[in-house]
Amino acid sequence: MSLPGGSPEEALTIAQLTNAAKEILEGAFPPIWIKGEVSNFTAHRNGHWYFSLRDATAQLSCVVWSRDTKRIPAPPDEGMQVMAHGQISVYAARGQMQFMIRAMEAEGEGLWRKAFEKTKAALEKDGLLDPARKRALPRFPKRVAVVTSPDGAALHDIISVIQRRNAGVDIIVVPAAVQGETAPDSLVAAIERVSRWNGADVVIIGRGGGSREDLWAFNDERVARAIAACSIPTISAVGHEVDFTIADFVADVRAATPSAAAEAAVPVLAELIAGVRALGEGIQAATEMRVRDAGHTLRQLSRDLAVRSLRTVEHRRSRVQELAARLETLSPLATLARGYAVALNEKGGALPSAALIKPGMRFALEMRDGRVHATADEVIVRETKKRRGAA
Amino acid sequence: MTFEQNLERLEQIASSLDRDDLSLEQALTLFEEGIAKLKTASAELAKAEGRVAKLVEKAEGVFEVADDRS
Repeated sequence: MSLPGGSPEEALTIAQLTNAAKEILEGAFPPIWIKGEVSNFTAHRNGHWYFSLRDATAQLSCVVWSRDTKRIPAPPDEGMQVMAHGQISVYAARGQMQFMIRAMEAEGEGLWRKAFEKTKAALEKDGLLDPARKRALPRFPKRVAVVTSPDGAALHDIISVIQRRNAGVDIIVVPAAVQGETAPDSLVAAIERVSRWNGADVVIIGRGGGSREDLWAFNDERVARAIAACSIPTISAVGHEVDFTIADFVADVRAATPSAAAEAAVPVLAELIAGVRALGEGIQAATEMRVRDAGHTLRQLSRDLAVRSLRTVEHRRSRVQELAARLETLSPLATLARGYAVALNEKGGALPSAALIKPGMRFALEMRDGRVHATADEVIVRETKKRRGAA
Repeated sequence: MTFEQNLERLEQIASSLDRDDLSLEQALTLFEEGIAKLKTASAELAKAEGRVAKLVEKAEGVFEVADDRS
């Protein structure tokens, strides 16, 4: 009795041996972390990734099945130093030892960083990160939609903050998975639902804090595009971290925490009421002042008018007096009053010159207190020097 | 008119009234409008209780806001 493979007659088939080797290897090693440098990376058409991990003296064939690639933020770069978690096994068809990777990390979060920058660049290229795209939040939202896990602390925080600030606001919860492999699709579906519904004034999209992996759905490009395309203004609220997620860049407003998002979304009712009251008081005061001003102007005008018309009357009166005085001086009656006489012809016309009187002509002398009818005896006309006025 | 539009109009009216180039008649017309808007806005602020509800999509494009009893 010999062992399998102990004699030519007992020779094993290749499949038998490699299968035995595979079982032994898999039994000997539980899933483990290994580290090495990536080389010959190929992303195959069928979705699987093939590459080698190596160090100075050894190398190992590695594979990431397509379903597992989704858990890895980005494909590694050639030469990148990575830590991979997986199962050592044997690939029978090639008679090759092979490491099947389920998870992978790079030094210094290299893979996360790489995926993050890649997504950011893609969004940037489409103009989705342009600050000019950011919409203002409504000042008085009546309905706030919240896309988050229905069981999370984030939702609880958001509801209590909103209700404390303004109990009149409706909160519409749109449940979504916020971590794990289904999260991106679930978030995208929820955001699109909110957008199609178009019944809320603003939407908060977020979750509480967690590890880098937990928050990763908020760095997903599809989630970012759904946020950018949302029909109503968006507020991102992911974690308690200082770190930004891609969602933060795309949302109209980035809040550091779900509570901060609720504060950004909903103004305090008492402040709103005070604001409206102040506006009302302002309008009232401005109008009252205007009416008072108008009254004042009116009184001023009527006073001006009175003064001006008095002045006009006064002016006319003094002018009349002045004219009367002048008339007085010019009047022949005044001359007569001083004892002079005026010669008049028979028709009563003045005879201011001796040359107008012929000898034997009848004329009259008008005097202060009466009239004298006379006849001219002799007329001597002097050579005229200068006629002097009566006055 | 939404509350926001009301509020914006009120702010416009307030700043117009603060300007000097307005006739008394214009000012009084604005004042009347302002008081009406003020009433609407205040009534809106005094609105009753808000609620917490869940958005449910029944069929493509048909939405229902269902009270959340959870």
